[in-house]
Amino acid sequence: MGKLAIQIGAVIGFFLLWKGYVHFGEVSPLVLPPPEQVLTALIRLLQDPETYYHLYITLMECVGGFLFAIIFGTLIGQVLGRVAILDTIFKPFVIALQVTPKVALIPLFIVWFGFGLESKIIVSAVLGFFPVFANSYLGAKSVDRGLAEVFAVGRAKQSRRFRLLVIPSSLPYILTGMEMAIVLSIIGAVVAEFVAGTRGLGFLAMHKLNELEVDTLFAVVLVLATIGFTLYFAVGSLRKFLIPWHESANKVTL
Amino acid sequence: MAEVAQGAAAASAVVTLNNVSKRFETSSGTVQALKDIQQSIQPGEFVGIVGPSGCGKSTLLRILCGLEKPTEGAVVWGKGEEPRMGVAFQDHRLLPWLNIEQNIALTKLMRGKASSADLEQARALCKLVGLTGFEKRSPSELSGGMKQRTSVARALFTQPELLLLDEPFGALDALTREQITADTEEIWMNKGFAALLITHSISEAVHLSDRVIVMSARPGRVVAEFKIDLPRPRTNELGSPEFAKLCSDIRAKLEL
Repeated sequence: MGKLAIQIGAVIGFFLLWKGYVHFGEVSPLVLPPPEQVLTALIRLLQDPETYYHLYITLMECVGGFLFAIIFGTLIGQVLGRVAILDTIFKPFVIALQVTPKVALIPLFIVWFGFGLESKIIVSAVLGFFPVFANSYLGAKSVDRGLAEVFAVGRAKQSRRFRLLVIPSSLPYILTGMEMAIVLSIIGAVVAEFVAGTRGLGFLAMHKLNELEVDTLFAVVLVLATIGFTLYFAVGSLRKFLIPWHESANKVTL
Repeated sequence: MAEVAQGAAAASAVVTLNNVSKRFETSSGTVQALKDIQQSIQPGEFVGIVGPSGCGKSTLLRILCGLEKPTEGAVVWGKGEEPRMGVAFQDHRLLPWLNIEQNIALTKLMRGKASSADLEQARALCKLVGLTGFEKRSPSELSGGMKQRTSVARALFTQPELLLLDEPFGALDALTREQITADTEEIWMNKGFAALLITHSISEAVHLSDRVIVMSARPGRVVAEFKIDLPRPRTNELGSPEFAKLCSDIRAKLEL
């Protein structure tokens, strides 16, 4: 029996257990709807054009936040990783940002940036920032010394050194950070919508909860999971294109 | 008279080390890596340095290629400025994200774009070191010996007046090593550059060098010098009694 067959069997078993629990345990559908009810709710949800508007909003927020996280995480990581004095000055702030529960900052961001997309993008960016930063920082510090000496002996131009040595050395690290960041960026966008959303899938989930449409709530979660899955694998597959020479290029990390 | 002759030799030399000393400050105190090294390398001369681990022979090479500065003394270039140099290190130090011909042309790439003539030259070097057919491959697809060949080809790309070899064949198996050594001798005989080889292997030093310098450890000093006059190419001399005698003479000095 192949690995795939085992996995398919496990998923089918999971749904049977779910169905059995709801059926024999006489669980209220308000707490846990049976799987087929979730499926019908999902189909209904996918047929509703308004869903795609919410989907679009959430995608904009998390992809936007993710892009900011990549840009700032990479840049600041590279700079602090290489300029010791800036590292000393700014490290406490970066650590403080990391240890603060960032969702607690959401109300603040709403005060500063309003109830619109901006505050969601910021929350998403702040959550995604740290893993990209930390890995970019590590990447900047991990340039192989032997290779750096080859560039020193060859009197390399700084721009060429950056292009041929620093960027390729850091990319495997930055990509690892990006894989972690995309998941956090989605969380950031959805939680921000919970707190202060007027649209987006996080808002839709809260809305369905308030209307006690638990089956649709499950369906929204499934849509969110699909987004997460797709974006995560999209980021993961960048490895094959950006760092085909690296051992990790043909592996999907989980 | 002798001083005048020495002065003339220094002027024509590719490089002269004038009383070079090097100390490293470490947490456990000062390490004297090199002490009063007075040596020159003539154009076209192949110089080998043998010595125990920690005798500072690699430090000497790192001073020549500018990775370290001497604590005392000076490096004097024969032409008044640095000659074209190529370096091959103990580990191959190839960039995994570039293919073989790009790695060979790296010296050019790190200063700007490589022209088609540069890549043509890189391919010619591939042929020279026996890597025809591997020009577009990635380093990870090559064996250890082939990577070292690439590394030597990269050092040759600059058409060096001085080639620096820091135990580049040290990590290879005996057969591969012998073959690369023979190939290196042939390339050197055809190109006529000056070369400095750092090695642990006495037979490798005797095989390649016109002159073998024996160093001692802590402080790193020159304890003996041997002129090697065996006919070239020396691949056929490897089993000769003269070759064996030179090796054992050098070994005797090493064990002082």
